[in-house]
Parts: sequence; C-alpha cells; structure tokens
Amino acid sequence: MRIVQTRRISQVFFFSLFAWFCIVSTVGDKLWQLRGWPVNWFLQLDPLVAIGTILTTHSLYWPLLWALVVVSLTIIFGRFFCSWVCPFGSIHHFVGFLGNRKKKAAQKVQLNKYRKAQCVKYLVLIVFLFMAAFPSVGATLQTGLLDPIPLVTRSFNLVLLPIADRSVNVTSVAGRFYESAWLIYAMFLTAVLLNLVIPRFYCRFICPLGALFGVIDRFALWRIGKNQNECVNCRLCEKSCEGGCEPAGNIRISECVLCFNCLDDCKHELISYQTRPSLAGEETDTDISRRGFVLSLASGILAVPVVRLSNKLGSNWYHRVIRPPGALAEEQFLQRCIKCGQCMRVCPTNVIQPGGIDGGLENLWTPVLNNRIGSSGCQLNCVACGQVCPTSALRPIKLSEKLGIGEFAKIGPIKLGTAFLDRPRCLPWAMDRPCIVCEENCPVSPKAIYTQECFNTVRDGILTVKKATNETIETVEDNLPLDKFATGDYYCVIEEGDERTKIVGNTANSIEISPSRQLEEIPAAGSKIQVQVRLQRPHIDIEKCIGCGVCEHECPVSGKKAVRVSAEGETRSTDRTLLLKG
Amino acid sequence: MNEQIDKELDRRQFLTRAGKAGIAIAATGAVSYLFYDATGPQPRSKTEELVTLPDFSVPQTAGQTMSIVKGYDRVKTVDKAMELLGGIERFVKPGETVAIKPNVAFASPPMLGATTRPELVAEVVRLCYSRGRAKQVYVTDNPINDPASCFRLSGIGKAASRTGAKVILPKDNLFGHTTLTGGKLIRNWPIFFEPFKKVHKLIGIAPIKHHHRSGASMTMKNWYGLLGGRRNIFHQDINTIICELAMMVKPTLVILDGTQVMMTNGPTGGSISDLRRADTLIASCDMVAADSYGCSLLDLKVADLPYLTKADRAGAGTTNYESLKPILATVS
Repeated sequence: MRIVQTRRISQVFFFSLFAWFCIVSTVGDKLWQLRGWPVNWFLQLDPLVAIGTILTTHSLYWPLLWALVVVSLTIIFGRFFCSWVCPFGSIHHFVGFLGNRKKKAAQKVQLNKYRKAQCVKYLVLIVFLFMAAFPSVGATLQTGLLDPIPLVTRSFNLVLLPIADRSVNVTSVAGRFYESAWLIYAMFLTAVLLNLVIPRFYCRFICPLGALFGVIDRFALWRIGKNQNECVNCRLCEKSCEGGCEPAGNIRISECVLCFNCLDDCKHELISYQTRPSLAGEETDTDISRRGFVLSLASGILAVPVVRLSNKLGSNWYHRVIRPPGALAEEQFLQRCIKCGQCMRVCPTNVIQPGGIDGGLENLWTPVLNNRIGSSGCQLNCVACGQVCPTSALRPIKLSEKLGIGEFAKIGPIKLGTAFLDRPRCLPWAMDRPCIVCEENCPVSPKAIYTQECFNTVRDGILTVKKATNETIETVEDNLPLDKFATGDYYCVIEEGDERTKIVGNTANSIEISPSRQLEEIPAAGSKIQVQVRLQRPHIDIEKCIGCGVCEHECPVSGKKAVRVSAEGETRSTDRTLLLKG
Repeated sequence: MNEQIDKELDRRQFLTRAGKAGIAIAATGAVSYLFYDATGPQPRSKTEELVTLPDFSVPQTAGQTMSIVKGYDRVKTVDKAMELLGGIERFVKPGETVAIKPNVAFASPPMLGATTRPELVAEVVRLCYSRGRAKQVYVTDNPINDPASCFRLSGIGKAASRTGAKVILPKDNLFGHTTLTGGKLIRNWPIFFEPFKKVHKLIGIAPIKHHHRSGASMTMKNWYGLLGGRRNIFHQDINTIICELAMMVKPTLVILDGTQVMMTNGPTGGSISDLRRADTLIASCDMVAADSYGCSLLDLKVADLPYLTKADRAGAGTTNYESLKPILATVS
C-alpha cells in the first residue's frame, strides 16, 4: 500500500473516532452514550493544552500526560499529528482537495508554495504563551480560542451536532441550544472556507498547535528530504504539498506536515522519508524575524494587564457569570479553561452555555450557566461537567461534595450563586396572584424558598350585604365577575370580624361559602364584607439557596424572570460572599 | 456573437424574443395570482388542529371500584389490590397496548419518594404482560426536570426496560393541542398526546406527596405531566386545573402509593426525613375517590383540597369514597 493511502486511512479513522466521541458525550449507559468512552482523548493528546496549563499553573494535570506521547512521537517522526491525527487538519485537507482538485498542476504548485506569512502562526503561539507565562502580571490561558482541538471540539459539539440531531434526537430529547453559537460557527466556517483560497490556510498561517509542532520538529529524527541532489526540477512534488514547505528545494522542516504527497508525486523517487538531512538542503529554523518575535512577545505580556484593566476579576466582576459546580475561583479557572465546550456538551440539562464578553474578554466561550436555556437549571444530583473537564478548571467533584453530605457535611453544599426575588415582577408579591412555582421546584430540603401567607382584599372587594344565609351571601353589588372567586384561593371576611371563610363559588350578585365551613355569624343586611385572596408569598433563605437556578428556569414570568440567580455567594470565591458567617 | 451585434434584428429573431418576453410576463402574472392575498394577515390567524384524549375507562363493577391494601411491600400490596378489583385481566385484555403514567417529575433517586417507586412500575408492567397478556406496555411522562435524567435517576427507566416496557420521552413532535369541553383553562393547549393516541388502556401510578400550593399531589395532580407548553402559569388557579385534568383524563385505573408519604417539603422532598410510613396502597377506577382517601394519609380532609370537591361537582368521581365500598385487605 502506498504511504499516502495509509495516511488517508489514518485520517478517516481519527476523524471518525473524533466524531464518534462527540456523538457519545451524552450522559447515559447505552453504547452511544458516555458510559466509559474516553471523549477527552483528543484534547488530552494536544500538547498546547498541556504546555499552556503548565505555564499558568506550574503543574501538569495527570490526564494531560497523553501530550507527552504526541511530543515524543513528534520528536521521532516529525509533525505527524497534523496530517495523520488532527481532525481539524483532516477537514482542511479534504476541503482543500475538493476546492482545488480541478486546477492544473502548475496552478497547484503555485497554490502550495511557501509564503512568508506562514510565520504568523508562530507569532500567534508566542502571544498566547506569553499571555500565560507571567502570573505576576496576570496569567490567562487563551490558547483555546485558536487551538485546533478545542476549536473543532466546540464547533462540532455546540454547532454541528445540535443541528444534525434536530431530526433524529439521538443526543437529546428536545433540541440543544447554545447562546451565540453563531460566532463559533462563523469562526469554524471561515477557517474551513479559507481552504478554497489556499489549501490548509488555517494550518499554514494560524494554527498555534501547528506552530508548536513546527518548533519541536527541528529535533525530528526522521524527516522528508531528497535522497539525491540531481533533479529535473519539475516541481511536481510541490503540487500537493499540504504544508507549503518547498520539498523541491531547500525544504522547510518546520512547515512540513508529513502528508507524504511529495514522496508519492515524485516520478523519479528522489524524495524519501529519511534520517539524514535533505541533499538539496533543509531549513529547520522558523521564518520569524527578530522584530516579529519581540513584538508578539511584548503584546502577549501586555495583553493580560490590558484586558484586566476592566477589573472583571475585582470589584467590577459580572454577576451573571455563574460557573458550573466545581469551578475553581475565577483567576485559577481562567488559567485552566481551554473553551473546549465539553462541559456544555455533556450537561444533561443544557444549562451550561458558552460565555460572552459581558464578563470580560477572557470570559468568551467559557462555561456560564444560563437558566433560561435548557430543561431545568443545574440538576441537583449531577456532577457530569466536572467529570469531562480535560484540565480540571471544573474539578471532578463527587456528588457528596456538591450536596455537602457525608464527609463534606461540615463544609456544606456547593453554592453556584444566590437566587434573588424581583418582587415587582412576582405574581403573588406584585399582582396578588397565587403562584409559588419557584417554591414548588426548589430541590433543596428544607426548601430555600419558603412562603408566608397573607390575605389581600381584592380590587372592588368590599361588598355590601343584601341578604345572607349561612351558605350564601347576596350582595348589593351585582357586577361580580362570574365564578372568579371559585378557585379555592378566595375568602370572605365579615366586617370587623377576623374569621375567614373559604368561598366556593359566586354569581354576579352572590357569594357561596363552603358548606363544611359555614359562617359562625350571619352578616346583617347593609353590613360590609370583604373578598380576600389568599397569597403565599415567596421568600428566599439565602443560607439554604445553592443557586441551582431551577426556580429561575420554572418561573412563569417568562420574559425577565421574577426570580433570578446571580453569582453572589458562590462558594468558589471568598470575596463574593453575601452572608456573615455567624 | 460579435457578428450578430452588428446585424439588424431580423423578423424571426424579434418574434422569438417577443414570444419569450410574453411568456415571462405571463408567468410572473400567474405567480402573483397564485399567491395573491387580498386581506393580509389576521391577528391570531393560526389555528391548531385539535386532538382529544380517548376514554380509557372500563365498565364499572359494583363493589369492585376501589381497594385499599395495607402493607409495606409494594409488590405484594399492588398484587393484592389488583386481585381485589378482579385482577388485571379485568382491565387489560390480551393483545392490548397499555400506557402507564407514573410520576417522574423530578431527577431524584427513588428513596426520596418524589417520584413513583420503580418496583411498583415494574410490577404493574409485569402484571400487564403476564396476567393481562398485553401486547406492548409504554411508560411515559413529561417531567419537570430534564426528562432523560428523571427517568434515569428515578430508576423508572431501568424498571421499564427490565420488564419489557418501552419508555417514551416527551419529544416535541409528540404533543398536540386540545380543548376540554366545559373547561376554562385547558383551551387550545398543548398536551403530551401521541403516546396515548393509540393505546387501549391507561394506568396512572402516583405517590402521595405534600404540595405547598395545592395541598397534596396524588393521582389527579399526576396528570399535570400530560400538559405541555408553559404549564406553570396554571399555578395561578391550581384547583381548577387539577379538576380539569381529572375531567380530561379518563384512565382505566389509578394506583395511589401511600406506602411512604411525603409529609413536608413537597413535591420535591429531598430528604428521607420528609417521608412518613403509612403502609397503604390504593387501586381505584375512581381517582377522585382514591385521592379523597389518600389525603387522610397527609392528615388532610377533603375540604382542605378544593380540587376534590370541584372534580366531584364536575362529575369526574366522588369524594365520598365510602359510598364505593372500598375493599380492604392487609398483606404481610
């Protein structure tokens, strides 16, 4: 078998594996559900994730040790990951092939020539790494914005899969929704369509992971090169060169993605995969200028303090950035989150959403709870998000820790925030309407939402008695709304009395009292009675509230909810507490 | 082409072009005519096609409408309760399809009693298959929390699949709009309809739970799970909606589980301390009667739950369960 065939099989295999892992990231024990599938494997293989988190946290979280395998193999074989494993690379490879397959050989050679701008990806890498490298000025992990593995993971999981699943409902019963997924899509689509301009545009010019491999590649034991210097110079070897690395001449090792097309295209078998340097000469250095290096280094170091001038980590923190359970304190969280979207994908209720920039630029695409989307706030008996987080930005907590039971009973449950009642919008508080859906759905025991009973006289509810028995009261007023007081929530109070009697029905001019609770005293003609509505008004016990957002999700005031969770009181940060501990 | 530009248009060419132009204009006119709308959009012009839930009830047998069995083992008590009503064979005929509607409202483990116990569901499914020789049994609900999680955590999903029943989750395309004749609230409202459209029999199984707004959640309140849309707004008039649900759904049978009663913090519970043993299980063809008895296990009277009297008045059943001469039994 030709080596390019082997490469294609490898690409199809790893791409399918990646797609499969996206599909099975649904909580459940069926074969097509999460069970034990290693759905984070591609993210763990990604050395940029490992190096980024090492820079920000000075530690290597154990599952990321997989990256060592990739780095070692790169040192031995060269940049194999890009053309053999990377699912995003395979998409570019295929789209680039489709878009340019009808072009003439000479045009292809022109398309696949080396361009000076290919050094931009190294600058991108430098900016990201230096944003992560200096905790003293603020370190943040932003590689995930352009790192191809998190990028393709979130594009598949948050955009393509929900749309594909609409008709088949394999990954969820109701459709999945993701706030501003269009932006993720726009980035994905742009990256893919750029292949029509230049094949593997993203890989050649932007990809910071490719840049990292390019740097490592100088140590590679095996590399592509000419096995003799004499050559007719037909340049057919550059016709399908995926990396744009000039195999015909002075091959640029750091750009070579090991597609092996040159080896396959050379009719004279002058090119081979070998340990010795190319006989036509090779270039192992990346093509970045000193000026480019210094500028990107400086902008990387400066970027974090500049972004943090908004003080989003200080007093200006955004109350709607409600993190999933197990999230680290905000600064540590931002040092680990790679914006891969795995937590958003796995969340059974769909409440975890890609964050926007309201919470600061660094917040973009990090997990934020939006109780208005999904099937029911943060589910009490669920810790799925932390289990799939590849970097432990969300710690893999146990249920006992989330609920504050067993060994965690002393610490108490994890609070994501606190629910606040908006009384002017609340039906029982502002509109004298019974409701308490929030209380009903509060999953905490004892409930964090409790009610206090009160009786309010309804509008035009003071009536004059015309005639009364112990079961019905006829009134002088003859315009009572028909059966309005029959709901079981309305009561009748005789003037000056404090006894309330439940109303079971009414006509336009009479009120019927429940026969089992007859009036103690029959009101005299001409006396006044009051019609009152019984209200249970919700109150929130902030010591009990865990900020799960089920109340907000269920609140029937559907526009701006009458009860809303805000991140105050979240356990993960001590500087946002609400209550004095007494 | 360049040569033609210089030439004058000859008659033949002109006629051909004029003909094409004529056809194009006529086609434009035809399309405009086809889509012509003289009135413009009307407010609320969209009308839904309405559906109606079938009547699943079976003929009454005097003295065999309601049974109350004391005991702690739900499998035994439900077996006995069914036997006292004439056996499942009375309700499920060979080859029939049965829908079971447990309360799967919350994603909470069975021991907390917020949902119908899985062993109870499993036993009823088993009875339907083994004694009733049902062709297919479905277990379905439209929960409050995430549906898949509710069926998973409550253990009902596993109980159903273990016994050969099929779980139907509330997908969007399984809903239809209905209007309840004589109803005030259920008017052109989406209900979870498809699972019940073609089945022959419907069995409701609900636990007895405290419910702060309505007082108690039992078999009548269990049908809340059939409502779709923004059903939470019905809490403004909870008694009327429960009464209307009892009018709308005519089940074959309801089973009310008072083995453990959620006394406080309902309907979600969340702690074992919210539960109290009452060791009672009720099977009844009259759900108003079942709930009227069941409320006593919550230390409530019929008058404390206005929806019971409402449903009685509306003809959905009787609050005077004594009049049905319920059959009592105890199993150890």
